Formats: sequence, C-alpha cells, structure tokens
Amino acid sequence: MASPQDVPRAELIGCPNCDLLHHAKHVADGERAICSRCHTVLIAPRAAAYNRALALSVANLILVVAAVFHPFLEIHAAGIVNRVSLLDVATSFGSGALVVVSVTSVAMILLVPLLRAVFLAYALAPLALQHRAYPGARWAFRVTQQMKPWAMTEIFAIGCAVALVKVADLARLNFGPAFWMFIVLSAFVLLVDRSLCSWSIWAALDEAEQEPGRGTAPAPTVRP
Amino acid sequence: MTTARQAGLVTCRTCARVWPMQTESCGRCGMPLTSREPMSLQRVWAWWLAGLVCYIPANLYPMLVTETLTSRSDDTIIGGAIEIARHGDLGIALIVLIASVFIPVIKFIAIGYLALSVRMRSQKTPVARMHLFEVIEFIGRWSMIDVFVVAILSALVQLSVVASIQPGPAALAFALSVIFTMFSAKSFDPRLIWDYLPSRAGQGAS
Ligand SMILES: [Zn+2]
Ligand SMILES: [Zn+2]
Repeated sequence: MASPQDVPRAELIGCPNCDLLHHAKHVADGERAICSRCHTVLIAPRAAAYNRALALSVANLILVVAAVFHPFLEIHAAGIVNRVSLLDVATSFGSGALVVVSVTSVAMILLVPLLRAVFLAYALAPLALQHRAYPGARWAFRVTQQMKPWAMTEIFAIGCAVALVKVADLARLNFGPAFWMFIVLSAFVLLVDRSLCSWSIWAALDEAEQEPGRGTAPAPTVRP
Repeated sequence: MTTARQAGLVTCRTCARVWPMQTESCGRCGMPLTSREPMSLQRVWAWWLAGLVCYIPANLYPMLVTETLTSRSDDTIIGGAIEIARHGDLGIALIVLIASVFIPVIKFIAIGYLALSVRMRSQKTPVARMHLFEVIEFIGRWSMIDVFVVAILSALVQLSVVASIQPGPAALAFALSVIFTMFSAKSFDPRLIWDYLPSRAGQGAS
C-alpha cells in the first residue's frame, strides 16, 4: 500500500476495530476487502443488495405490524383457552418496577425491529430506485446500524419454544400465527443485515446526495 | 502499517471514513469522532460492576412464581433449568443454562480480561482478543431469552384459579444485568488492543 500521504483522504478507509489505514480500492461485486491486521470485513459490495434489502424491509414492516394483532401462543388447560399477543405481554407485568421489564421486552421485540425496517426502507428506497437521497437518509441509516443489537426477534422466537416446554406439564400450548411471523421476520432480518455493506451504502448516499441541484455532503466541523 | 492516528487522522467507527485529527464530528454520518474513546476503560468497568451487582439478586430471587390449585413454586434461574431437565427436555434445559448462566459468567470474565489486558498494555495475541471481543458482542444479547420467557409465561398462564404464573423480582434484576453488560461491551474501544503492539515494518496492508 502507498503511504497514506499519497492517497486522497476520501479514498482512505480506517478499520473501525484496529484503526489501520487502508486504500479503499474498488472491490468487485461479491468479493470482500478485509483488514490485514484484525480481519474485520471492511467492504463487501453486493449487487442488487438495495432492491432486495428494500423489499425485505417492507416485508418486515408488514410482518411486525401483523404480528402485533395475532396471538403467538395459545394455552389449553382445564377447558380454558387463553391466547396471547404481544400487546398482552406488554401489559403482563402488572405493576411496579416489573413493568419496566415488560415494556423493555416489547420494545426489543416489536418497536426496535419496526423502526429499523422503516428507517432502512427510507434510506435505501432512493438508492434502489436511483433517485436522489431523501432528506435525513444518513441519520436514518446510522440509527438503523446503531439499533441492530437491540432488535431481538430471533431471541424472542427461541423464548416461545422454551416457554412451550416449560409449562408442558401444566397445560397444552400451541404456536399461534404471530410465532411463525416472527420466525420469518428473524430470517428476513438476518438476510438484510448480511447483504448490506456499510461502506458501499455510505458511498452510495454520498453520491445520491450530490446529484445536480443538490448541495454537496455537509462539510466536517473542525475545532477552532 | 500505518494507523489513522499515526497519519494524523481520526477514523469514524460508524462509517469508516477518515478525517483530520481535530475534526469533531463525521462529515458523512454525523457521529462524534474520537481517535480513541475517552474514558473507555472507566466506562467499561462502571457498567461491568453495575451488571455484576444486578446479577447476584438475579440468581438469588425467583424469576417465576407458579401457583396452581394445589401448589406454589418459586423458580430461580438455575432452579427453572433443573426443573426443565427433570421433565426430560435436556436440550431446552441446556439452552436456558447456556443463555442465563454460561453466557453471563463468560461475559463478565471476558470483558474483565480484555479491559485488564489493555490496562497492562499486553502485546500478546491481539487477533485472538479481537475475536473474543466480537464473540462477546454477539452472544451477549442471547441472555435475554429467560426474560422473554418470563414475560411470555406471565401473560399466557392466567387461567383464573387453575394456574397462574407471576414474574419474580429476579426478572428485573436479570434484565438490567444483561443490558448493563451490553453497555459495558459497547463502551470498550477495541482499537486500544492494538495500540501497544511493537510496530512491525514491512508488513504491507492493502
Ligand atoms: Zn483492523
Ligand atoms: Zn462517519
């Protein structure tokens, strides 16, 4: 690699995990650029990733909304049937400090995945449709990335299975439609996150904002 | 081998662009820029300790209180897993044990080890420590399983007098412990692992 002084700063990429500088060369579709020191994946472009990610994000949005209104588990015991949806979970911890737990749980299972799907669709739609970036697209994409560890649909799906076994001797449990929606949702979220290359999207957002008639990317703020 | 810092640049940890050292926030994604997170280790230890403090009552108090016509049982985390195992579902019992006991304990040890190794300016096995950090970030969330199970069961098993399940105080303590340790891992700046390595000339980076 040439010394960093010889390369324009916009063509340099710093490893987020070890701070090593690399020259952000063009990476062919389907290939990966990996940090030579810590092996973090730096660039991994996927052609058609935007279209697919956009379609999946819209699907995720529909799935999350539909899952709210359907039961994910139903219980049969002594002639009583009880079906629960996530709205019931949100209100299940009754009173006191434990309410925090149910509200946090529902936020991680529903609200965060919902917001991620909305923001990602908002940031990616212009890239997929080759329009100019919408205002706030950068903010939306950044928030999507930051919320990633707090979206816990797949963990909730496993939790349903554990719950089913746990009360097996007390009553008979069946999965409701929302459970299967969460399984599909978890798979879709995984597909989206795997197909997205952060560096390529930031570069595409830079480009999409610099089309004719639009201002350039905001200048960095420098300390006096 | 040049780091951004050695070249007088600062790397954005969100979008990987580099800026001149004095730049305050990233011109591309808007995140505040720091060459190394200030007070990284202090924040790691603060969240780590908060997580550990919550983990103790999480194991002592019941997660679930089950009431049936004839009995009432308080299940702690480990008690609940043993109960599942007694019913013959060893696989599920193993999932609960791994998520609620194995992962949190490994996480406390691993984060503590990483923070200490950076503090002692260790030069050993940086790649392995980096992998350890990535694993910790990945598995930490899975501890929430038990919290979700408690939330699900408390909503589901409300069968008037036949049977009812209520959450116990450990549910809150455990949820907080998981969240605090996630913050602890997030506060760790992995770039610190690489700062004290002897610079090796001639190792090309491309
Ligand atoms: Zn690296
Ligand atoms: Zn940035």
